[in-house]
Amino acid sequence: MSALLSVEGLTKAYPGVLANSDISFEVAPGEVHALLGENGAGKSTLVKTIYGLVTPDEGRMFIDGTLFEPRGPQAARAAGVSMVFQHFSLFEALNVAENIALGMANPPGRQELSQKIRDIANAYGLSVDPDRLVGDLSVGERQRVEIVRCLLQKPRILIMDEPTSVLTPQEVNTLFTTLRKLSAEGVAILYISHKLEEIRALCDRATILRSGRVVGACRPAEKTARQLAEMMIGLELTRPLPRLFTPGDPLLKIRDLTVPASSPFGTTLKSIDLTLHKGEVLGIAGVAGNGQDELMDVLSGETRVKGDAIRLEQREIGALGPNRRRMLGLLAAPEERLGHAAAGDMSLADNAYLTGRKRQRLDYRGFIKKATTENFARAIVSRFDVRTPGVGTLARALSGGNLQKFVIGREIMQRPGVLVVNQPTWGVDAHAAATIRTALRDLAAEGTGVLIISQDLDELMEIADMFAVLESGRLTVPQRTGSLTIEEIGLMMGGSTKGAVQDAHA
Amino acid sequence: MKTSVAPHAVTLTAIAALVVFALANGLNPVLLTVSITVAATPLLLAALGEMVVEKSGVLNLGVEGMMIIGAIAGFATAVETGSPMIGLIAAAAAGAALSLVFGFLTQVLLSNQVATGLALTLFGLGLAALLGQSYAGLKPPSFPHLDIPLVSDIPVLGPILFAHDLLVYITALILLGTAWFLYRTRAGLILRAVGENHDAAHALGYEVIRIRLAAIAFGGACAGLGGAGLSLVRVPQWTEGMTAGAGWIALAIVVFGSWRPGRVALGAFLFGGVTILQLNLQAANLTALWLLVLGFLLLATHVTVRGLTTGSMHRSMLPLWAATLASAAWALAAPVSIQTQYLSMTPYICTIIVLVVMSADRLKANLNAPASLGRVFFRTG
Repeated sequence: MSALLSVEGLTKAYPGVLANSDISFEVAPGEVHALLGENGAGKSTLVKTIYGLVTPDEGRMFIDGTLFEPRGPQAARAAGVSMVFQHFSLFEALNVAENIALGMANPPGRQELSQKIRDIANAYGLSVDPDRLVGDLSVGERQRVEIVRCLLQKPRILIMDEPTSVLTPQEVNTLFTTLRKLSAEGVAILYISHKLEEIRALCDRATILRSGRVVGACRPAEKTARQLAEMMIGLELTRPLPRLFTPGDPLLKIRDLTVPASSPFGTTLKSIDLTLHKGEVLGIAGVAGNGQDELMDVLSGETRVKGDAIRLEQREIGALGPNRRRMLGLLAAPEERLGHAAAGDMSLADNAYLTGRKRQRLDYRGFIKKATTENFARAIVSRFDVRTPGVGTLARALSGGNLQKFVIGREIMQRPGVLVVNQPTWGVDAHAAATIRTALRDLAAEGTGVLIISQDLDELMEIADMFAVLESGRLTVPQRTGSLTIEEIGLMMGGSTKGAVQDAHA
Repeated sequence: MKTSVAPHAVTLTAIAALVVFALANGLNPVLLTVSITVAATPLLLAALGEMVVEKSGVLNLGVEGMMIIGAIAGFATAVETGSPMIGLIAAAAAGAALSLVFGFLTQVLLSNQVATGLALTLFGLGLAALLGQSYAGLKPPSFPHLDIPLVSDIPVLGPILFAHDLLVYITALILLGTAWFLYRTRAGLILRAVGENHDAAHALGYEVIRIRLAAIAFGGACAGLGGAGLSLVRVPQWTEGMTAGAGWIALAIVVFGSWRPGRVALGAFLFGGVTILQLNLQAANLTALWLLVLGFLLLATHVTVRGLTTGSMHRSMLPLWAATLASAAWALAAPVSIQTQYLSMTPYICTIIVLVVMSADRLKANLNAPASLGRVFFRTG
């Protein structure tokens, strides 16, 4: 088979990091090719190079045997390379047609463009309305906009960076149908994902990266997910063991809580009811943008509500701010690691001080107890295996997974009564994710109530005792994990709660 | 998309109130409109320029400095060459040059936009005072007045629409051009996209920094023109610090107009109207209580119209109307004379009131605000 895209000896170094080192691989027309690797393995740098966003230090790329040296994304698009980004490159305040026009070299007039969008959308089963504001679309719809934008360029190579991490199972199936259709038409697809089962189902071949180097290649269908994971990390995986769960006394109660949206594209929380018991791990699933951030803010105390709307062991805490709640034992770790959970330009010790100040008594009459604070930070680093030169290192210098271990560990080490985490393992590699999940389960075993908001269904199925779905700002009644099938949960996440209930009764 | 009618209603009420005031004091509404237009033109120019800059995601607080540099550059050039048109061009060039200093510092050297903008204002004021020392008290060549034949003779509409100086028509063209550019052209779409999400725009291959520099230069040129409008048309004379906060009012107008050309124009006329009217009111010897009446009236209108559109009445509605009527009755019954200093404050007080009223509805105001406004773009990769 002749290669459509071939990469030879690609190398890219950033100060202190060798992001890509001598990477070579080939992709044939119509092939779905997976790029596998942990965080920081160099996948993103590699695809950005192919898309013309990064100029390599060494190495060459060929399309159809001719040298391919894109000077920017426009040049890459002209050569037939398109990319769907992990963090969508969309503009919320613009409508779908405008967003698509921005990604094209020579967009046609409005009418013609709208017609083309509808044609492509129908041909590939991607329903999008050109006139809607992107800010009003769900995550799945936004991804369809990105894909339509790529398809309008008639790409020969389509790069997908973690496309399914935010989709419901049904949306994933629709996406796979589209991708298979494209591959049948001869489009080569470069597919990046952490979800090994998906790669086994979809991809023809895989190239495995570790620390910026190619460490192997395989046919994913011939390997098990476990084998793939171990090739990726070069280690054997430990998984948290299942645990028998008997609910203890109620710890945290939310009664009929309604919070209006605070930004134009925010979500209104609608009569949320929730009870978290001692020793319980409650998982809240849902597609991004259905009220997760709003719920998180309400729980952490960043958004204040009526005092009696939230109770922590009979105490009314709704009107209290984050610090008062921390004193009472309610700790929270938000989703955004840099800028929300941790201050990037401050050291790990300073970051440890920021949330641990009261509970760990890290200051005395307004003065920071430096030695105590550093010891606390060192304890987090050693217990959670945070890879860092020291606790004086700036938070932004840590890789995403390491910083995530630190911010979750920081809260766990404070022995919370209730711990709320949002997307605890988002964008974290398999090894670090297993560490974090085990720690959360261990915490619950000691009697803490753990509330996990996550978009990763597999994660929730693995560690949550009880399970609820957040959809359009409404929370379903929590049920035992395992009492629902993935399909039913997927329907609930897509908003057809009634359908799911009827199916369940049928 | 549902648009809020409350800001429109507030603006219209304010305009109606101003006309009523004028008539009650025996002023000619047509002449009043003409002088309001002249007063609004510099504000509108500066505000339009700043609006484009902010739409690209940059907050330039140096409008005041760029205006006054434009004022002195335009004035000096017009005096030296004898041609007000060359003066205008010089004013635009000077404003753009100063704004590019800001652009270089904030976009290339990534300095803080707020601090740099404030420094630009201080720098502009100081530099203009230095340059203008020998020009104080001079008379500039008179600015060409353009009465469009035939149509300018139409009663009422003629003088209001078709008998102005050239700068008013230039401003009208810039207004229409800006609206057309932003919402009808691809370049305008790219500019809005950069202001909305600079990372995404960069990922699509657009030159964020270059686009922003172009927007900043346009904003500077408009501010410079606005300054020249003050020193060559409106006053016309050079005095130190003659912009007297017009740049700040232009910044407020951009927020008031929620980043839309039409509303920005309305805002400029509202503020121009207040400026002119306070001069006339000083002559008419009106009482300060009427200003209180106006303030209450605007707030009451805003709350009521919002209540009508959303279907739920705010609890402050009735007290506000009661306060409006009570203060009006008081003003009629007990005419107290007022010191002119208080009247001179009105444009600034109105700025504050309007900003408070507008920002009360943050959800709506945020919808048009460029999401990347004031955020530093750091190019990676």
